[in-house]
Amino acid sequence: MLDEHTVANLPRTAICRFFTMSAKLNALVSDSYVDVSQYRDQHFKGNRYDQEKLLKQSHTLYVGNLSFYSTEDQVHDIFSKSGDVKRIVIGLDKVKKTACGFCFVEYYTRTGAENAMRFINGTRLDDRIIRTDWDAGFKEGRQYGRGKSGGQVRDEYRQDYDPARGGYGKLAQQHRPTEANNSF
Amino acid sequence: MSRRRHSDSDNEGGQAHKRRRTSEPIEIEDRLESLICRVGEKSTSSLESNLEGLAGVLEADLPNYKNKILRILCSVARILPEKLSVYTTLVGLLNARNYNFGGEFVEAMIRQLKETLKNNLYNEAVYLVRFLSDLVNCHVIAAPSMVAMFENFVSVTQEEDVPQVRSDWFVYVVLSCLPWVGKELYEKKDVEMDRLLSQIEGYLKGRAKTHVPMLQVWTAEKPHPQEEYLDCLWAQIQKLKKDRWQERHILRPYIAFDSVLCEALQHNLPPFTPPGHMPDAQYPMPRVIFRMFDYTDAPEGPVMPGSHSVERYVIEENLHCIIHTHWKERKTCAAQLLSYPGKNKIPLNYHIVELAQATEMLYMRLETMNTSCIDRLINWFSHHLSNFQFRWSWDDWSDCLTVDLEKPKPKFVKEVLEKSMRLSYHQRMVDIVPATFAALIPAEPLFKYKYEDESASSLPGYQASIIVGNAIKNRASNEEILTLLKDVPNPNQEDDDDEGESFNPLKIDVFLQTLLHLAAKSFSHSFSALGKFHEILKALTERDEGKLHILKVVYEAWKNHPQMIAVLVDKMIRTQIVDCAAVANWLFSQDMAHEFTRLFVWEILHSTIRKMNKHVQKIQQELEEAKDKLEKQQHKRVTSSDEEGQLEEQIDRLQEKVESAQSEQKNLFLVIFQRFIMLLTEHLVRCETGSVDISTPWYKNCIERLQQVFLMHHVTIQQYMGTLENLLFTAELDHHILAVYQQFCALQL
Repeated sequence: MLDEHTVANLPRTAICRFFTMSAKLNALVSDSYVDVSQYRDQHFKGNRYDQEKLLKQSHTLYVGNLSFYSTEDQVHDIFSKSGDVKRIVIGLDKVKKTACGFCFVEYYTRTGAENAMRFINGTRLDDRIIRTDWDAGFKEGRQYGRGKSGGQVRDEYRQDYDPARGGYGKLAQQHRPTEANNSF
Repeated sequence: MSRRRHSDSDNEGGQAHKRRRTSEPIEIEDRLESLICRVGEKSTSSLESNLEGLAGVLEADLPNYKNKILRILCSVARILPEKLSVYTTLVGLLNARNYNFGGEFVEAMIRQLKETLKNNLYNEAVYLVRFLSDLVNCHVIAAPSMVAMFENFVSVTQEEDVPQVRSDWFVYVVLSCLPWVGKELYEKKDVEMDRLLSQIEGYLKGRAKTHVPMLQVWTAEKPHPQEEYLDCLWAQIQKLKKDRWQERHILRPYIAFDSVLCEALQHNLPPFTPPGHMPDAQYPMPRVIFRMFDYTDAPEGPVMPGSHSVERYVIEENLHCIIHTHWKERKTCAAQLLSYPGKNKIPLNYHIVELAQATEMLYMRLETMNTSCIDRLINWFSHHLSNFQFRWSWDDWSDCLTVDLEKPKPKFVKEVLEKSMRLSYHQRMVDIVPATFAALIPAEPLFKYKYEDESASSLPGYQASIIVGNAIKNRASNEEILTLLKDVPNPNQEDDDDEGESFNPLKIDVFLQTLLHLAAKSFSHSFSALGKFHEILKALTERDEGKLHILKVVYEAWKNHPQMIAVLVDKMIRTQIVDCAAVANWLFSQDMAHEFTRLFVWEILHSTIRKMNKHVQKIQQELEEAKDKLEKQQHKRVTSSDEEGQLEEQIDRLQEKVESAQSEQKNLFLVIFQRFIMLLTEHLVRCETGSVDISTPWYKNCIERLQQVFLMHHVTIQQYMGTLENLLFTAELDHHILAVYQQFCALQL
């Protein structure tokens, strides 16, 4: 099991404080999967500096591209592989209060979250490639989609058909004749 | 405006010059680091010309950046072992151009070696010694002085009263360098080397091998023997010697520079005495070499080197190094593994792993595979399947349907399907396996409510469950609910037996079944319920019997959803509704005997032990921090005696907390080992009196689970060895059980 306990016991490159006679090699400490992305939550209350600080210390991940049918159980199982999970908050449609394809996963330790970024981000859950990103921390209200129709913004404008995410994008749905309109 | 511009241009020369001077050194240092780290990577020029060029650049920078260059080179020697001979060649070229630098580098490496040994970094120390030995090939270090260092290492085998793992390590280091430098050392000092090897041979013959059974993946020797690591390496070196030290696999860039390098003056290694044994030293544990492919498995393409060829050792070392260096960057790691230099000469895929074939082979050998290894296979395979739409040729494995379901093969498939279901859903499992596999499909993970409907009306708790259920739905307070619960009849108590409050299991049953039923929708709902009614749950589980019973009720309600049981138990430990010992007792109880060989039981047990360990570590850390704080303040002498007093009080309290936590931890292990001993002894006695073979699937599972506890928590358990030996693992114990304890002890002796 690729949990943090196993990973923690992998031989580590000891680029550590004991060594005054050798250098910490910047060129070698690449850990790109853990780096903070370009995305910044526009609703974050505080300045950019605070936000980035929180992201760099965070134990919480945003998880996106989930199927609407993915359950907390599934999320818990896969994310437990990199560490003990403290809490999961499933993202909800603001109007319907049903799952709308994202969630937050909070770990007890930073290492658990980092290993999820390294090894679970970009792999599949419910046959979809899921994406994880650092989150500044869950606050009440952030579990709701911010799209006009109640779900996530990305589901407002997309043109493709995705059966696991409510079919067509919301805008596209408005332009399509519905079953009701066609039957007499 | 113009004035500013005027003054700007006046100072411009000076300021710009200043700016250049302060930023340049940092830029140059970064550049040096980057140049050195990147040499040997894919390039349009040849490795030789890159090394030549880099040597020239570094030589030019030596006057100003010597220390930085020394430090960078020492680091890459330690951290980039897979590029060993690239860097030894570089050092060779530098030594040829600047003899003093070569000498300083060797000294720095020796200092670094001493540091790594002092800090228990034995794996890195191996890389450093190997680097030094390859420097002999680059004419930086004189062969006789290297032989002298090896002689000092091997003399550790003469020490008395030291752990075997200590002398093991020093022998290992010497042997592991010989593929690189054996030829050169034999050419210069064959008499001494022969003597060295015969000393090693004598040592290896006398070594204890008690630890081996505990570490082997399979209990059978066929088709692939799993050798003890030192035995295997010795066989490889002997074969290499027979082949007159001809080794063709290692990349040796220094050969191209032979004419330059052989003109260089060599340095002698200073006499190096291995640091003495310290009681807190943590030598590497012995290993068993895991191999599952041989040349018959890779019939096409290049021939796979035999298990006693030194190529096998060198390749495996290099692959380990690549993973060791790049584990955080999975794409880079994969690319590095697949672009392994020399990959055209070996069937690389089989050295790394040929997935489908490997899975098939591992499945075929499940019967003799160690239980912990089967666990890992289950977890890996189910996770793998979930990334590939659960596609698998299940019919190939229909042999598992013909044997008892407790046998390893059907058990494995069952557990895989259970884990796969967690990552998908029940119907998916039904869809992906052939109909013949129906018996192996897990149950639907649904809640089993005892008081579901009218048919349960005869149960003693039925009425109460309706009352309590309504109270919860109507948001009654905790006090109100506790009062309602008082009316629940106690099946343990006689009507006229007025002893006062005796333990009432029905209360727990009614409350928890009803609560969990109402909260069954999701993990979050259940956690919320546990939190909301924490007060009641604490009251109900004040005594040990209560704690045990609550676990029983959780199990009964959620027995079809082991994942839910695990997360609820986790929450209950964290919120102190139950303690770790209660969980251990529950898992080993008669009620859980029929689930004893299921994976989820052991996941819960190990998770419980880890929580206990983390708890102790956390308080120990708090204590250390408080002590540090006090020390700092005492140094500064700025605090009042009042503040110091407060800190000292805090430290006393924390000290007590640590001791109490450690006591709880020790007790947990005692409970676990005691229960193992009881169960195993019972089985062994029963088999003996019935003249039946002890090796049932249950027995194999149980004894290997015992081994697993030792191995997974060896660091913590080692603290309590004294108690374990005095109280539990005494000479009176059945030798089958005692053997496990002795194997464990052998890992650090």
